[in-house]
Amino acid sequence: MELEQTQSLGSNFLAREQLPALLQALMDQGYRCIGPHVRDGVVVFDDLQSTTQLPQGFIDKQQPGNYRLELTDSPRCFAWANGPQALKPLLFKARETLWRASRIDGRLTFEEVSVNTGPTAVIGLRPCDLAALKLQDAHFLETEAPDPYYRARREQLLLIAVNCSFPAATCFCHSTGDGPVAKGAYDLVLTELDDGYLVAAGSDRGKTILTALPLDEARPAQHQAAGQELRDAAERQQRRISSQDIRASLFASLDHARWDDVAQRCLSCGNCTSVCPSCFCYSEADDTTLDVQHSEHYRQWDSCFTHGHSYIHGQVVHAGTRERYRQWLTHKFGSWYDQYGRSGCVGCGRCLTWCPVGIDLTEEIEVICDDH
Amino acid sequence: MTITNPHLLAEAEIVERIEESPTIFTLRLRFTAPERQMTYCFEPGQFNMVYLFGVGEIPISIVSDPSEAACDVATDATAGSSDHETLFDHTIRIVGRVSRGLARLRVGDTLGIRGPYGRGWPLDMARGRDVVVITGGLGCAPSVSVIHYIMKRRADYGHLTIMQGVKHFNDMLWHARYEQWAQQPDTQVLLSADTGGPIWPWHTGPVTGLFEQAHIQPHNSLVVLCGPEGMMKVAIKHLLQLGMAATDIWLSMERNMQCALGQCGHCQYGPHFVCKDGPVFSYAEIQDLFDVRGL
Repeated sequence: MELEQTQSLGSNFLAREQLPALLQALMDQGYRCIGPHVRDGVVVFDDLQSTTQLPQGFIDKQQPGNYRLELTDSPRCFAWANGPQALKPLLFKARETLWRASRIDGRLTFEEVSVNTGPTAVIGLRPCDLAALKLQDAHFLETEAPDPYYRARREQLLLIAVNCSFPAATCFCHSTGDGPVAKGAYDLVLTELDDGYLVAAGSDRGKTILTALPLDEARPAQHQAAGQELRDAAERQQRRISSQDIRASLFASLDHARWDDVAQRCLSCGNCTSVCPSCFCYSEADDTTLDVQHSEHYRQWDSCFTHGHSYIHGQVVHAGTRERYRQWLTHKFGSWYDQYGRSGCVGCGRCLTWCPVGIDLTEEIEVICDDH
Repeated sequence: MTITNPHLLAEAEIVERIEESPTIFTLRLRFTAPERQMTYCFEPGQFNMVYLFGVGEIPISIVSDPSEAACDVATDATAGSSDHETLFDHTIRIVGRVSRGLARLRVGDTLGIRGPYGRGWPLDMARGRDVVVITGGLGCAPSVSVIHYIMKRRADYGHLTIMQGVKHFNDMLWHARYEQWAQQPDTQVLLSADTGGPIWPWHTGPVTGLFEQAHIQPHNSLVVLCGPEGMMKVAIKHLLQLGMAATDIWLSMERNMQCALGQCGHCQYGPHFVCKDGPVFSYAEIQDLFDVRGL
């Protein structure tokens, strides 16, 4: 962890009572603001009109198959690790229309759908969320055919990260190298202390926001305290992904008995792929009007745990849960390296927490790769 | 939006419809926008996404020759039109919702097309060498495109061996075509049916049973394989035993495809996106995956 350079946390300090000034500065500069709220017992990201909507005092308790928020008397707004979703649904919509077709007098016409998102600032992103964003960017943008819908939203995005001092028991971002300190790719990064925030800019747009804030100079003691919290946050993480060559081990273990074992527990429900911030699979379908003149062609998130995902004319390639779990794990931790140069896992732990039967992929990997 | 939207389709019109069998048909198509038609080019082994209005899109291999005029008398007696405009053909088997609907379309009806997509057959690499085309199954369009291609450029290639197998002798399409091909110089046509019959003059048994009769020079040939994975596995085993290099054995893979852009994730095969890294692969590229069931 590069915490030695505590200056990366910023030389500026925003006092807690001045946090509304950040939101105000963003709104003044024309940004729609999105940030964390507590809703239905979880942290969700939604429109933010006031800093009073932030989850102040809330901490999260996460275990495989378990998520609980608790309200404490802490003054902090970011004393939790994460909720089921953050950035992915804002860019890669769970469902969206790709084009519309009309058939009138036998002639077919196709009409593009334009995405008109204004500048959007997202506050409270975790280092794991930023790492996952880079993975999604690589998939949807750094390709011969960049996705116009993803791109339209991505270009409007201002990213305000908050370094993670409170990882959950399910987190392992330290071992994947993606946290708990945000690495680049943000416009602003905050590190929260009881009395306020260390603030650093990561881009020119971030610097512009900084100039509008009532900042103090950060004191060495504040740097020290923040640095210590982040070091502790890394050390507290018990789960880890081995640093050995998992890709080679997984592909050498395609017949491992553990695939059958995990298939006995896995419900093939697809929760893990829904909450995974890097999963990108989608299916396409048509919605047609009753007069059969207009049709809307849309995509929606799909999961490699469904029957339809690998269906080809009369057969399902990933026929059982064993093959589907193997596809998920060998893609995420194996072939992702071939496709995008790194693992597809950022250590956010969501797939553990939101698995209804609490399957812990760090444990599955350890068992499957143990023989190699 | 300033960049080209890769999801968008173009309208195409059915110029001709050929009933190949009760479950297989060929659509001969032309883009309705002349500028689209003029710029459209593809390679054998590539595919288009074919959209049936209101129902959906399916990937379909392009079976015709890239330079093929509407009437290719030399190789295809069934073609009717004498107009010399470049068209493209899709041979489609009825297997699902979209193909069933496409089967009901008639000449003059329109559908949506985007493409071409994917990596085709390495026909440049095959130039000057023998080519062995091994096909299992009904109307295997990806390999037929290779035969068309070589027939039109016969002098550029060495000996051509065509091995075609079907389950039942009734399934054999294009009898006339195979017979014509067999008359061509330096061309061997071997047919087989798992279930033959009293009037079936060729081999009875799996297509891989044809190897004994096949003219194959293991060190100077390129193999084009298309069919069910089980059949391809057996064929590859024979070919490797003959001493062929894994880099000279090429096969067309099939996986679920929805976007054809390498984005929707369905066609992943190990590290490969079949839609853009394939659908044609050399055996050397996929041999570690090929013997594992359910990948």
